[in-house]
This record gives sequence, structure tokens and C-alpha cells, in this order.
Amino acid sequence: MTKIKHLGAVSGLFALFLVAACQPNPYKEGERLYKVNCSNCHMDHGEGLHALIPPLAGADYLKNNRDQLPCLVIHGIHDTIVVNGKVYAEQMPGVESLSEIQVANILNFINTSWGNQNQPFMIEEVRTLLKKC
Amino acid sequence: MKQTLFIFLIVSGFASCMQSPSDQVLPILGERDISPAGDTVYPTIPDFSFVDQDSQTVTNATFAGKIYVADFFFIHCPTICPKVKKNGLRIYEKYKNDDRVALLSHSIDIRNDTVAALKRHAEKLGIDAKHWRLVTGDHDEIYGIADNYFSVATEDPDVPGGFDHSGRLILVDKNRHVRSFCDGTNAAEVDRFMKDMDLLLAEQFPK
Ligand code: HEC
Repeated sequence: MTKIKHLGAVSGLFALFLVAACQPNPYKEGERLYKVNCSNCHMDHGEGLHALIPPLAGADYLKNNRDQLPCLVIHGIHDTIVVNGKVYAEQMPGVESLSEIQVANILNFINTSWGNQNQPFMIEEVRTLLKKC
Repeated sequence: MKQTLFIFLIVSGFASCMQSPSDQVLPILGERDISPAGDTVYPTIPDFSFVDQDSQTVTNATFAGKIYVADFFFIHCPTICPKVKKNGLRIYEKYKNDDRVALLSHSIDIRNDTVAALKRHAEKLGIDAKHWRLVTGDHDEIYGIADNYFSVATEDPDVPGGFDHSGRLILVDKNRHVRSFCDGTNAAEVDRFMKDMDLLLAEQFPK
């Protein structure tokens, strides 16, 4: 009997752990698309790579340049930019095959992962911004 | 039923520890030949001569008395290279004060990855040429030697970035024999690979 109680407590804890572990990702499709299209460079936890690839986790660029983000995903960027005070003069290829919904999903995944708490994008907004690229 | 599960967990726990027992010797990889005299001949890395990020000539002699980790990459690689570099950096950090170990990355983009470009790349990675050489050289020599390292390097306009290559890391011993390799994009495989490096160090530099 005590054993069973014990087991109940353990599995309860485990379930809690699972819930906690899964919580930061309401954007499952965005996560999948991120893994396929972005994580090779920006890495699994958005940490980037030294002076070569800027981070996405905790990046002020996401807030400061919010309106440019949909175009950046589709067309890439080859510019001199500042992310969290560090200068990057690199080049990133875009992924032109992504749909508006997919762009919104990826950006929303990034905007709510690894401690990021940026405002999500609506499809309408992405569509309007993409027209202006 | 619960008990069986428990035993299973224990056993699989042990099994995962047993994969690299410390008395294990790494095999020499590749197809062996028998010489006319009847000796077994193992494939070796042939002579090479490349140029690194500091314009220094890099040959087999550069790695005399060392074990080294080789790979193939290019700077504007849109796919696997950053992950391989990230794992390469883990190896670099672990052994950067150990002169028995070096890293050698061959660029397969001869046109764009000039010595100056390699230098910039090395600076951005924060690496020191003494322990990690980024090299360029003659097109055919680089593409040819990829075979000896059991790696793929081909120009292919149909793949992203224009080059097809495997993200393998290859471990070469003091005698120019390939002893281990791993998928450089996979952190867990690289962990195993670093254990292989320690095994090889113990074998080739006995106390
Ligand atoms: C080939 C490597 C590569 C891939 C793949 C890649 N990026 Fe980038 N990304 C970069 C580099 C390099 C920069 C900096 C560009 C510059 O300096 O102009 C960058 C910059 C950025 C920035 C702005 C700076 C920052 O860190 O906030 C964002 C946002 C971004 N990338 C998002 C993405 C998303 C989303 C994807 C997937 C759709 C992606 N990237 C795929 C290499 C890459």
C-alpha cells in the first residue's frame, strides 16, 4: 500500500516535470520548422555561434527590428547589424519557400522560447509586412 | 511486471556504460591489403601540402607526433557546418593546452575561402592556428584527400550552398591511420568520439 502511494507520488512528480518541460512550446509547428530551417546555424537553444552567428535567445534585435523579421526570414540578410551590443557583418540565406503561416509560426516559436517574451505575430500582420519587403 | 521493468532499466543503464571499456583498442579503419611479403598493410593518409589561416604551409610533418581531428567545410555553408564547428570548438576547448592534439579543417570552397577569409573566420571562432588549422590548397588535392578520410566532398550545384559534404569528424593517429569518426553535427556522437580520442592518447602516449 505504501509502495503504491509512493509510486503515485513519483509518477505525479514525473507528470509535473513533463508539463513543465513542455510548457515553453505552444508553437509546435514553429518548433519543427525552426529545427529544419534555422537550428543548423542559430543552434538548438538559439545561442548562435561566437562572432559568426548572432543569438536569437535573449536577442534585443527581435524587439528593435520586429517589423523587419518576416522579410528577413524569407529573403535573408547580408548587412552589418548589432545584436546585444555585438556587431555582426555576416550573411544569412532566406527561405523563400515558407508560407505566411509558416513564417508566423517560426517567429512566434522564437519569440516565446529560451526566455524570450516578445509579442506574437498574427498572420495578417505577417502578410502586410511581407508585401513591403 | 514492475520488477522486470526495474531490472531492464538497471541493465540498460549498465549496457550504456559498457560501450567503451577502458582496455579497448580502437581499430584501424579502412580496407587492408596484404603486401607481396605477406604483411598486412593498412591504408594511410597520403602526403599533403596545404596553407593555413596564417599563410603557413601545413603538411603531414605539422602533425608529426600528434593525433589530429580532420574535417571538411566551407565558410558560407548554409547547412550543417555551424553545428560541426560548434562541436569542433568543444574538442578544441578540451585539448587546446595539449600539444599532442590538433584539429585540421579543409575548406572545399577554394574560390571564396582565401587565406584572408580563413583568417577572419578563425578570429570569429576565437581559435589559435597552432591548435586548429583551417586550410585551403589545390582543388584536386583537397577533394582527393577527402576520400582518404572516408569523407564526401563534391561540388554539386543542386544542393544548398553548392557543395555536398559530410559533416564527419575523423580521428587520425600518429601513424597516419584513421582510427575513429563521428557525425560532427551530433553532440552525443561527439562525446563518444572524445572518449575515443582519450583511448588513442593512452595507447600512443603511454606513461
Ligand atoms: C546559414 C546560417 C543561417 C541560417 C540557416 C539562418 N540564419 Fe539567421 N542569421 C545568420 C547570420 C550569419 C545572421 C547575421 C546576418 C548579418 O550579419 O547580416 C543571422 C541573423 C538573424 C536574425 C537577426 C539577428 C538576431 O540574431 O536576432 C534573425 C532574427 C534570424 N537570423 C533568424 C533566423 C531564422 C528564423 C532562421 C530560419 C528560418 C534563420 N535565421 C536561419 C545565419 C543563419
